[in-house]
Amino acid sequence: MQFSGLDCRFERLGAPLPMYRTGVDAAQWSALALAVAEAKGRLVSLWGSDRRAAGDGFAVAAAYATAEGLLWAELGLDVVRPAYPDISRFFVPAVRMQRAAHDLVGIDAEDSGDSRPWLRHGAWPADYFPLRIENTGQERFAPQPDNYPFAFVEGDGVHEIPVGPVHAGTIEPGHFRFSVVGEKVLRLEERFGYAHKGIARRFIGMEIDEGARLAGRVSGDSTVAYAWAYAMAAESAAGVVVPERATWLRALLLERERVANHLGDLGALGNDAAFGFALAQFSRLREDWLRANFEAFGHRLLMDRIRPGGVVRDLNAAAATQLRREAAALAREVAELNDIYDEHAGLQDRFVTTGRVTPELAARLGLTGLAGRASGQGADLRADFPWAPYDALPVTASLQFNGDVAARVAVRFDECFESLRLIDALLAALPDGPLHVPVAIRAAGLGAGWIEGWRGEIFVALETDVCGRIARCHCHDPSWQNWPVIEHAIIDNIVADFPLINKSFNLGYSAQDL
Amino acid sequence: MWHILKYIARHGHPGASAPQPLSASRHRAHLIHADILAILGRALAIRQVDAGSCNGCELEIHALNNPYYNIEGLGIKFVASPRHADMLLVTGPVSRHMELALKRTYDATPAPKLVVAIGDCGCTDGIFGESYASCGRVSNVIPVDVTVPGCPPSPADILAGILTALQRRPSRAADGGKTPDFTPGFN
Repeated sequence: MQFSGLDCRFERLGAPLPMYRTGVDAAQWSALALAVAEAKGRLVSLWGSDRRAAGDGFAVAAAYATAEGLLWAELGLDVVRPAYPDISRFFVPAVRMQRAAHDLVGIDAEDSGDSRPWLRHGAWPADYFPLRIENTGQERFAPQPDNYPFAFVEGDGVHEIPVGPVHAGTIEPGHFRFSVVGEKVLRLEERFGYAHKGIARRFIGMEIDEGARLAGRVSGDSTVAYAWAYAMAAESAAGVVVPERATWLRALLLERERVANHLGDLGALGNDAAFGFALAQFSRLREDWLRANFEAFGHRLLMDRIRPGGVVRDLNAAAATQLRREAAALAREVAELNDIYDEHAGLQDRFVTTGRVTPELAARLGLTGLAGRASGQGADLRADFPWAPYDALPVTASLQFNGDVAARVAVRFDECFESLRLIDALLAALPDGPLHVPVAIRAAGLGAGWIEGWRGEIFVALETDVCGRIARCHCHDPSWQNWPVIEHAIIDNIVADFPLINKSFNLGYSAQDL
Repeated sequence: MWHILKYIARHGHPGASAPQPLSASRHRAHLIHADILAILGRALAIRQVDAGSCNGCELEIHALNNPYYNIEGLGIKFVASPRHADMLLVTGPVSRHMELALKRTYDATPAPKLVVAIGDCGCTDGIFGESYASCGRVSNVIPVDVTVPGCPPSPADILAGILTALQRRPSRAADGGKTPDFTPGFN
């Protein structure tokens, strides 16, 4: 395939969604970024690799979402001076990804505006790159002083509020630096990397099946989405087609994960606006839902239910009937709670216009996933590139344009209903057949997985070495795209609304710190 | 408002009428409730610290606040500062970037203090192990009283781990601070 008249040939990967890969030179690297930006495509991910073990140099790769599908372009880099043209000129979310690629592999974006470390704090020295082949990842270093240069806001009455990495609630670790005047936030700067535990290094040398367990723990709230994306990558590398029943069960698990997260968030959002009733009711519904997960699938959060080649566990007809009944009952309850939310003046007063991201800003900053759909960015992989079983069960993507907390709440309600409808349809027509096929991994192979998780699109790029073990596995979370947008969403809001705004996005820390 | 009151009246308290297939876990949670109340009869303040987990454990710790486990009803409260806490509930692995923050949180917690490590990664080194980026288990960084394994442990297991820590509290100094292992009944 060719894209937009560029002179690079894309090869289609053997995967259920349209994904294409090509090698590029430095000029094509920049031309492709420009062409995708002009075609209103989006940057999905950017990552680096060390290919010296295979006789090459370093490499940088970018994955773009376009109307044709996903384009994965890789640029080989010089061993002595591994540098590549900056693409944050075209795609704002690239800034942090480029900084992370430097910290892990030691490759640099030329002339990028921000070259501060991102994942590296003081735990390892600036000249240590964990993904380089001379390093095992088992090195230990004395902690170094860590003086991160935050942007400084000056002016009459301006003061800073530093928050984290240990937060006041039960939340993942991260740091927020607010510059405020009185109650009003002038600027927020985020700093993450606290949950960095070396996952990308850990993958290297793992067997494919072992890697599935690790991929399912990139982010506990999205374990199904990661497990499916990873399995899809492994299957595409092996040229395996998953049995129909397994794909239907995977979709069932994915939609159940979406519903569980939306129930949790809807309750927490009510609670953050001092509506305790909402937390009590939604957390009760979520608990019922997780207990049903345990009964039907053997795990409350559905970890390790998907493996490369299929799924681990079957569902019998009686359990399917029970799950359908529960889904119908839940839909009725959520509809009632939706009415209560809509007519509660105090709640709406906190939600409406709070943390607003206009569609124009969302497009410029590359806002994606659930939060993107609340700001007029209509992408949803299930609707855009319906792969099995979504090809048989069309999905209507939710879309709102106000871009405030209220819009993100509305998208969650919509998606909850849509997922419950899908769950019913999946269970009503679950095809018979095997649950699993063997996955014979090819040496020096590569594959990719692309899944619409509850938060947005999850992407996994997988490469195997000459022994068929993992040479590189890159997992990408939509939190990369969406965290920088929160820095904009909070501007001119009051400090006390930050928890509400933050929860309305509910982004991952571990998911992107890796 | 009328809508809300009607909804509450209709659903009542879930502890009184839990779904049938899960009666075993509900029963267990009730027994643990009774045991905790018998020992405590007063408050326990917990500071939760995510020292680098995948957030799976946090989801199950959150569940302790739902009406089924109703942890606040027992007088157990999650507090916003370690200075207000009797117990730290820590999930791991402890990333090297969180090592200092965890130590500081521990130091800021007034003695006598209890530490409960939650989840396989916090108890053993888990799937992430020790590396340039990870210190591994919580006890590699601060002293731990009780470990609650599981990936993630269920809310009832976490509740039982909290109870185990409370029961052991008086004898902790006597056995040299050895870490008892709490083995979950189910997960």
